[in-house]
Amino acid sequence: MLIVKHLKFNYHTAAEDESAMEFPDFSLARGEEKLLLGASGTGKTTLLHLVAGMLTPEQGSVELAGEDFGAMSGAARDRHRGRHIGIVFQQPHFVQSLTVLENLMMPGLLTGQTMDQSYAQELLEELGLGHKIWAAVSALSAGEQQRVSIARAVVHKPGLILADEPTSALDDGNAKAVLNLLRRQAQKAGAALLIVTHDNRLKSQFESKVELPLRTGIAHGATKTRES
Amino acid sequence: MKLNLVSIARRNVFHRPLSTGLSVLLLAFGVGMISILLLVQRQLTEDFDRNINDIDMVLGHKGSPLQLILANVYHVDVPTGNISLHEAEEIVAHPFVESGIPLAYGDNYRMFRIVGTEWSYPAHYDCELSEGRAWDVPFEVVLGAGVAEKEGLSLGDTFFSAHGLTDESDVHADKTFVVVGLLKRSGSVIDQLILTSVETVWAVHEHVDAEAVAAGEPMPEREITAMLLKKRNPLAILTLPNLLRDSNMQIALPSIELNRLTQQFGIGLQTVRAIAVLIMVLSFISVFIALFNSLRDRRYELALMRTMGGTPGSLFTLVVTEGLWMTCMGIAAGLLLSRVGIAVLSSIVSDQFHYDWSQMGPAPGEWLLVLLAFFVGLIAAAIPARSVLKMDISRTLGAGR
Repeated sequence: MLIVKHLKFNYHTAAEDESAMEFPDFSLARGEEKLLLGASGTGKTTLLHLVAGMLTPEQGSVELAGEDFGAMSGAARDRHRGRHIGIVFQQPHFVQSLTVLENLMMPGLLTGQTMDQSYAQELLEELGLGHKIWAAVSALSAGEQQRVSIARAVVHKPGLILADEPTSALDDGNAKAVLNLLRRQAQKAGAALLIVTHDNRLKSQFESKVELPLRTGIAHGATKTRES
Repeated sequence: MKLNLVSIARRNVFHRPLSTGLSVLLLAFGVGMISILLLVQRQLTEDFDRNINDIDMVLGHKGSPLQLILANVYHVDVPTGNISLHEAEEIVAHPFVESGIPLAYGDNYRMFRIVGTEWSYPAHYDCELSEGRAWDVPFEVVLGAGVAEKEGLSLGDTFFSAHGLTDESDVHADKTFVVVGLLKRSGSVIDQLILTSVETVWAVHEHVDAEAVAAGEPMPEREITAMLLKKRNPLAILTLPNLLRDSNMQIALPSIELNRLTQQFGIGLQTVRAIAVLIMVLSFISVFIALFNSLRDRRYELALMRTMGGTPGSLFTLVVTEGLWMTCMGIAAGLLLSRVGIAVLSSIVSDQFHYDWSQMGPAPGEWLLVLLAFFVGLIAAAIPARSVLKMDISRTLGAGR
């Protein structure tokens, strides 16, 4: 599903040489899961954005569902990402003017796929949000918002689910619940799951891990602002 | 639930009712004012043109030439005074003049003017009888369509006239008018007049025995209010004023007086138009700012839509569509507003001047107004929307932490 090779990225700030980042190679097949661990300043978010085709690497390639992001035009990249990746952001954002259910229909709408509304409804029921289908997203609690954002990441049955620090702001119990939720949904969708985090509590939960090396002396400056 | 870019744009627009409301309100007032100006202009031009209808000159008592035109062509002002029928007929007999229609009036029935004239007057406006016949003997009248409709008069009905043109206090209760004919609606001023013979008007005022007039007894020094003239030779316009220099009469040209009139209240119209354009400009700035602010507040939301497969093009379309929703609502509200306005004006005008101003169809230039407003709205939306095209989603989402 995902093959990452020889990735190198540079933010081209004033301290040009120092902000260059290199990332380890890894790959992920459908149904697999992987944890990307890294302390602050190791370029976790940068890697996540590279994997999602939101940033263009200086070197190397990101191949998703058999296609290389580097070979695509901007709009094609957006569509490819939308179709094959579901992203759970650390802080959930929604289209504020739309209801919960309508927000779940967005991925399908934006990629031009026909989506099954009953599946979206089912998903919300399963996450205990059946009564909030027609609610405004602003009326949801923080926990509900996170569950809706997970539902939105899987509703269009993507091949890869990316989660950015999904647990770092949660207590142990909730972190475990969210992790289980992500895993269950990824499994159900037959998707690969890639979790990017600095949360060491998750370390023991994953067999497959990539640890980003701490880059001494360059952890400050431009890259620092990119990190959580 | 049908969700597409257009409906999402509508939801986004209604999600911010205050700033949307302000933009729509401003645009509605701008478009409404210009539209109502266009409607009034059309109405005035049509009324003016239809009523001038080949009347080249108006002969009447000396005074304000504009007043002479307004009183005798449009029947909205009081006459300048009476002239001698004999002298007026001499002018009609001039070789440069083709024909003349005498007008004599001074009475009203419920504010509708009773005009003594000849059959050539309604004929001049292609006004035909719908019922009955033309007047024959004094005190027989033919009603314009508007009079008959408003007063509910029909053939054989009788009424008394009141002295003057604007009030009903001094009723000539001794003279009974009989309706002998009804005219078809012509859209001209005739619709609002009660027509009769010139002799009738004399009879009312000079207390002449009606039978004697009918018998053709000579009546010394008869007066009329004005004579509508059609020229045979363009030189009439230059020659006739000289002939009248020593008389109490003058010649006024409807086309020239109307030009003067429109120039005079043209300044007023221009001011209103300038204000309307200013309001429209403000409304577009308001659309611009509304979108600009909303885009700033929603930049994570828009970046998020990009991560879900939205292309810069589709997001640009979304934002422009939001601007167009506001523009279209403003235009629609403006056109509605102008119709309400013209309906109110119409009721005032028809009460005061007996003019019918109820035309609601699109005025000439209104399509252009709508098109123009739409395109300016498009531009006002496209400028802030461009920022969506250049958005760096990685940076936007990264900064969202």
